[in-house]
Amino acid sequence: MKRRSDRVLDGWLWFAALLALALFMAFFIMLGTESRASVLRFGWRFVVTSVWDPVHSVFGALPFLYGTAVTSLFALVFGGLVGVCTAVFLVYFVRGWFRSWLGGAIELLAAIPSVVYGLWGLFVLAPWLQHTLEPWLGRWLGFLPLFQGVPYGVGYLAAGLILSVMILPTVTALSRDVLLAVPRDIHEGALALGATTQEMITHVALPYARSGIISALMLGLGRAVGETIAVTMVIGNRPEISASLFAPGYTMASVIANEFTEATTHVYLSALYEVGLLLFLLTVAFYVVARLFIRGIAKTEGNV
Amino acid sequence: MLSIEIKVEALHAWYGNDEVLHGIDLAIEPRSVTAIIGPSGCGKSTFIRCLNRLHETNPGARVAGHVWVGGEDVYRMDPIDVRRTIGMVFQRPNPFPTMSIFDNVALGLKFAGVKDRRRLRARVEESLAMAALWDEVKDRLHQPAMSLSGGQQQRLCIARALAVEPRVLLMDEPTSALDPISTMRIEELVQNLKQTYTIVIVTHNMQQAARIADQTAFFLDGHLIEVGPTSKVFTKPDDKRTEDYVSGRFG
Repeated sequence: MKRRSDRVLDGWLWFAALLALALFMAFFIMLGTESRASVLRFGWRFVVTSVWDPVHSVFGALPFLYGTAVTSLFALVFGGLVGVCTAVFLVYFVRGWFRSWLGGAIELLAAIPSVVYGLWGLFVLAPWLQHTLEPWLGRWLGFLPLFQGVPYGVGYLAAGLILSVMILPTVTALSRDVLLAVPRDIHEGALALGATTQEMITHVALPYARSGIISALMLGLGRAVGETIAVTMVIGNRPEISASLFAPGYTMASVIANEFTEATTHVYLSALYEVGLLLFLLTVAFYVVARLFIRGIAKTEGNV
Repeated sequence: MLSIEIKVEALHAWYGNDEVLHGIDLAIEPRSVTAIIGPSGCGKSTFIRCLNRLHETNPGARVAGHVWVGGEDVYRMDPIDVRRTIGMVFQRPNPFPTMSIFDNVALGLKFAGVKDRRRLRARVEESLAMAALWDEVKDRLHQPAMSLSGGQQQRLCIARALAVEPRVLLMDEPTSALDPISTMRIEELVQNLKQTYTIVIVTHNMQQAARIADQTAFFLDGHLIEVGPTSKVFTKPDDKRTEDYVSGRFG
């Protein structure tokens, strides 16, 4: 027999838990119904064509899908690599006050508002890219399509770099915590076999921590995919697909932010909702893939 | 005159400003089992961790003194080489959980630069056989190490340590996390391994020391109180404190 206070608490907890689920479903249904007109009218063409013409009510969202994919994958690779390396550095190569000071400084990067990143990106990063980094990359790596074309400053590269910085605190802090949780006897087991520090990290610690590090990367990727204002400010907002990282582009989140006030026709608004639906499905898909991946790893390791 | 495999002279160890070993002198014969006994916190684990230079990997830890193994000064060698010469088995079985049984045993060889598949395989089989585990795992070498029982995991850790062909095997309370049957198997294994290796085993269990050790050293508060043939330490100890400990009056 439960006491009254327990029953009240039970009720509250159920309510809180179900509220999250209900909101999730409500969002999904709302996005589905609102984008109905666009889905019916354009069908698959919506995701495979790249003409975005509000005047003639023709909408193809491929440039936004492309822009989101390119900028977030750039951030995942670049920001993820730097983040994991920083975590390894913090855990294995520094101790004491410097570790906590540096770790704290990196976590504080997460406290900077996105719009401030955007400002910095537009007025500092983009001009530097245009005048310094992009010409340099063009000269030395110009044989790759990625680094060809006119340096604009604003574009995929600027957005990718901003996103890399923005996911850095998430990836670093979580990877660091995961590495700190690797048991000491696992480290010592490797050292006692004659491992160097580097061998201990690459053969034993990183494999042990890999599911946690993958979670950290997926959380970073989730942030990069959904990030709106900073990207909108530096990507150039041109609905075109180009192989060059120097070119201006557009992302799903930025087109919604830029155009919702101008969406005067029903089908225009519906098209924006469909972009929102795709964005939502994309983040859910990332999350599911990450969970499955982690579960797969857990299974091959027995009960660990 | 008997030969000496391990010679320890004036060994001191610190954690930060805490001195946990106050000048240990000890000599160990080749192909013998030496048990280190003493109450918790007496420095017995720290002592064997100084032999393979694992103590100094703790932040703030420091060592002074001399350790010779096979005539070579451990503290003048590269610590990586020291740890290949002196294998170690830990208190709790610590196989690498992301790896298969085979890879666990092969890892030390890979660190040592062995790349030839056939040689790796042969050495893994030999090591598992020496650790009395081969028959139980020969058909499942590529299954995760964590699928083994606790006692099997500990024998896997022994095989892992033996694979790199050390001269000395250190064991830090290797059976304290195991059931009595697994404990018995490890003790039998120690008896067989001492024909090839010099073994130093820390134990909390005085019966275990009495069963398997040729020589027993009693530590108290970071001092080596007494060392001698096991039967003498347990039946006619020279020091009153040793007598009190082995008769169960404290500890």
